[in-house]
Amino acid sequence: MKLITAIVKPARVDEIKVALQAGGIEGMTVSEAAGFGRQKGHKEIYRGAEYTVDLIPKVRVEVLVDDADLDRVLDLIVKTANTGSIGDGKVWVTSVETVVRVRTGERGSDAL
Amino acid sequence: MSSINAGDTAWVLMAGALVLFMTPGLAIFYGGMVRAKSTLNMMMMSFAAMGITTIIWVIYGYTLVFGPDTGHGLIGDFHNLGLANTVKEVVGAPGHEIPALAFVMFQLTFAIITVALLSGAIADRAKYSAWVLFVGIWITFVYAPIAHWAFASQSGKGGWIVDRLGALDFAGGTVVEINSGAAALALAIVLGKRNGFKRDPMRPHNMPLVLLGAGMLWFGWFGFNAGSALAANGVAATAMINTQVATAAAVMSWITYEYFRGGKATTLGAASGAIAGAVAITPACGFVTPLGALAIGLIGGVFSAWGVSRKYKFNYDDSLDVVGVHGLGGFVGMIAIGLIATKSVNELGGDGLFISGSPSLLGKQVIAAITVALFSFVATYLIATIIQKTMGFRVHRDIELEGLDTTIHAESAYDISSFTTR
Repeated sequence: MKLITAIVKPARVDEIKVALQAGGIEGMTVSEAAGFGRQKGHKEIYRGAEYTVDLIPKVRVEVLVDDADLDRVLDLIVKTANTGSIGDGKVWVTSVETVVRVRTGERGSDAL
Repeated sequence: MSSINAGDTAWVLMAGALVLFMTPGLAIFYGGMVRAKSTLNMMMMSFAAMGITTIIWVIYGYTLVFGPDTGHGLIGDFHNLGLANTVKEVVGAPGHEIPALAFVMFQLTFAIITVALLSGAIADRAKYSAWVLFVGIWITFVYAPIAHWAFASQSGKGGWIVDRLGALDFAGGTVVEINSGAAALALAIVLGKRNGFKRDPMRPHNMPLVLLGAGMLWFGWFGFNAGSALAANGVAATAMINTQVATAAAVMSWITYEYFRGGKATTLGAASGAIAGAVAITPACGFVTPLGALAIGLIGGVFSAWGVSRKYKFNYDDSLDVVGVHGLGGFVGMIAIGLIATKSVNELGGDGLFISGSPSLLGKQVIAAITVALFSFVATYLIATIIQKTMGFRVHRDIELEGLDTTIHAESAYDISSFTTR
């Protein structure tokens, strides 16, 4: 099993959710995140004083998938998150030892 | 009680409530402008001003300002100590008498907001106990004399600015605006800069609050300016329309200035412009025509928009721009009176340089403005320095970085985390 972690633009989260649901994926977790990458920050102006806001709001999307589904879901997320402009984010994959569904105690792929 | 004029009394009673409403408005205006971690502290500074100033006003503040002059035009005597000799007295011009206590209440609200304004200069870093003490001392030694000078008109024997010099200040361009601006500069210098000033983004954490506060101030300002006529008459109506015109004009001139400077018209610019315009018209509102008010608002907005960025050049941290908005705006209004005031609006007023061709009034306006600025700056600098050297005026660095709300008040403005609200 793999954990896909995607840091994406907040405006793309809904589309990603819809795409995952259409793709048969039955769970995702989102949380608010902030950070910087090549996009650097943006400027805000208050009474003439310019501030660089370098920690930009992003959303972290986490999805657990079976190994067999990995490439398909990865493509789905990347394709949906892509707007072509700087700051679209990053996606990475980590291996997961096991997964337990709390209610039933099922383990491994059955818990997905 | 001698006969009172019911219409005038009703208006002044109402105006007192309107002006009091400005201070919670200021708390919200300022509170939204600071960072989230010290919002409550910012607001609490205004509420302390309401509390302490009221207590002092009743006991000895009113009599220092409006008691009979002690002879030199500098301060009032103790004739009204503990509000003695006020309950059955009246004040006001013949035919326009109002109960003295209506006047006591109305003027109290001016003292409150003036000292509350100073808190903006020392946002996020003042020890609350020191601020509470400062409010009491400042009202006594800075506000009371200056208010006596400019507001205590006593048949030519009262405060030196209003009765001897003869400078014009309708609603507090000196007492409230220049005074608070100069005192704010002194406070900002004594307390020093916030940690991270010019390095860290110190953005307003809640712009909708700032706009709400600006709206409350704009609304209350009608009581401030039109109420200062102390009568429900034509001068009050002039002051009211002038307040609206100048405030509106300064909103537009501020955001136009910033549009041409940086390409963006900002929300904070619009809110700041409103305050700058209202400030600039405050001394002049009962002495100029609505077209004059339009000019004052346009100029006041641009002047303050330019002025607020001076703090980066001169390297003092007047955090919420009390100097740029109130100090400079007050000067604009006081000088404008010397140029465009006209007796056609108010026979008790005067004619400025452009009307009469004589610079006499302008000279008096300049003297009043500069004297008040100097006295306020020096006296405030001394008071703040003494507090700083004895009990300390500034919080420890760790408290400042942590934020003043949780450390000093044991509260936080916002609890929106899903973990802690359930």
